[in-house]
Amino acid sequence: MTRPSLSRRAERREPLPLRRVFAVPLAIALLTLAGLVTALTGEGWRDLLSWLALAAPVAALIWAARTRRS
Amino acid sequence: MTRRAFGGWCFVHKWSSIVCTAFLLMLCTTGLPLIFHDEIDEAIGGHSALPLGDAQMPHKSLDEMMRIALADRPGHSGLFVSFDEDRPVVNITTGPTPDAAAADMTIRSYDLRSGEMVGAIAQDGVMDWILQLHTDMFLGLPGMLFLSAMGFLFFLALVSGVVLYAPFMQKLEFGTVRASRPRRVKWLDYHNLLGIVALAWASVVGLTGIVHALATPIVDHWREVGLADLIAPYAGQPAPAPGQLASLHGAVAQAMAAAPGSRVQFVAFPGGGFSSQHHYAVFMQGDTPLTKELLTPALVDARTGALSAVRPMPWYVAALQLSRPLHFGDYGGLPLKILWAILDLFTIVILGSGLYLWLAKKRKAPRETPTPFALGEPVAAE
Repeated sequence: MTRPSLSRRAERREPLPLRRVFAVPLAIALLTLAGLVTALTGEGWRDLLSWLALAAPVAALIWAARTRRS
Repeated sequence: MTRRAFGGWCFVHKWSSIVCTAFLLMLCTTGLPLIFHDEIDEAIGGHSALPLGDAQMPHKSLDEMMRIALADRPGHSGLFVSFDEDRPVVNITTGPTPDAAAADMTIRSYDLRSGEMVGAIAQDGVMDWILQLHTDMFLGLPGMLFLSAMGFLFFLALVSGVVLYAPFMQKLEFGTVRASRPRRVKWLDYHNLLGIVALAWASVVGLTGIVHALATPIVDHWREVGLADLIAPYAGQPAPAPGQLASLHGAVAQAMAAAPGSRVQFVAFPGGGFSSQHHYAVFMQGDTPLTKELLTPALVDARTGALSAVRPMPWYVAALQLSRPLHFGDYGGLPLKILWAILDLFTIVILGSGLYLWLAKKRKAPRETPTPFALGEPVAAE
């Protein structure tokens, strides 16, 4: 199946392996879960760590919107 | 993924989402102010200032506090007593019967040093209204059970969304947003991106919400099954009448002696939802955010005042207690709350864009099968 060629084509010809498709999502999910649990187990530096970890989904969105918009 | 499996997952994703979207939008919208309930409560009402007293001034006995509270509310009996963390204040809940409904309860706060009333907790403010809408849509238990079912569908939509993410994203690098393509394609990309980055958070909040919505049957089960052996010796005995109750002060002292280092968060009176017919349940908490949520009750015979048992909660109540902070996001300081709010907004956009994608496809090809192969051209790999 081919599309009329676009000037800035985002789609790849070869499908990416699943490992690659889910690498970043998995990292974000693990960071999120770690952040949620860390803040539960104590205060102080644990809160700080949890904020950093839970900022991952937001950071990923900002990064994607800035660099992966086509 | 075969085309057939793909169609199946699309069906699951489409229908689980369609059914739950309206309710999830309500939950996300009402949930947003609830994240900041502490700050909002503080801003609109706040703690009434306590008269500055001597911090060392001795506290009155809890029995005396109960007498004062019940004198204020003739005909009522005690239901709950809870203690403020940061000031010498006891909050006393009374009601016309031991199993009174929340609407019939009165909650008043008293200064433990002077016995003066320092405030009434009204439970009819705008935040209470929002919380009620969020919890059960003013429908009581059926409303809670219904929302837990909606939560389950939401989780199903998340799972099927992850499965569908693969065929769509095998042709795109992570995070690609084809903003220069037709609006449907752009929003499909945003839907996929937001969905996958918020996935873990939305799953945790969704699943803990389901657990929370089942709170009533969970606590009922604990009372009837978890406490069965403690209640057994009382078989055939009537519940103690309010006048026959042993000293509350003594019950709390017994509990604290049995679990040194714990803090008493609240006491449930016999006959209510959180204790047996025959016990005071003194709920104690630890001092980390984790152990603070995991309350352990000491059960004290309400007639004799003797300690029956200090009994850690079974796993299902522990799960319920832990799901509270993980659902509300109010345990890690203001930055955590702000991130919670951002992720909540992400979820609103995911729901909205999902609805848009469905409507846009319907408008464009009303008779098309559910597989949106034409949309993002997922890879049909075996």
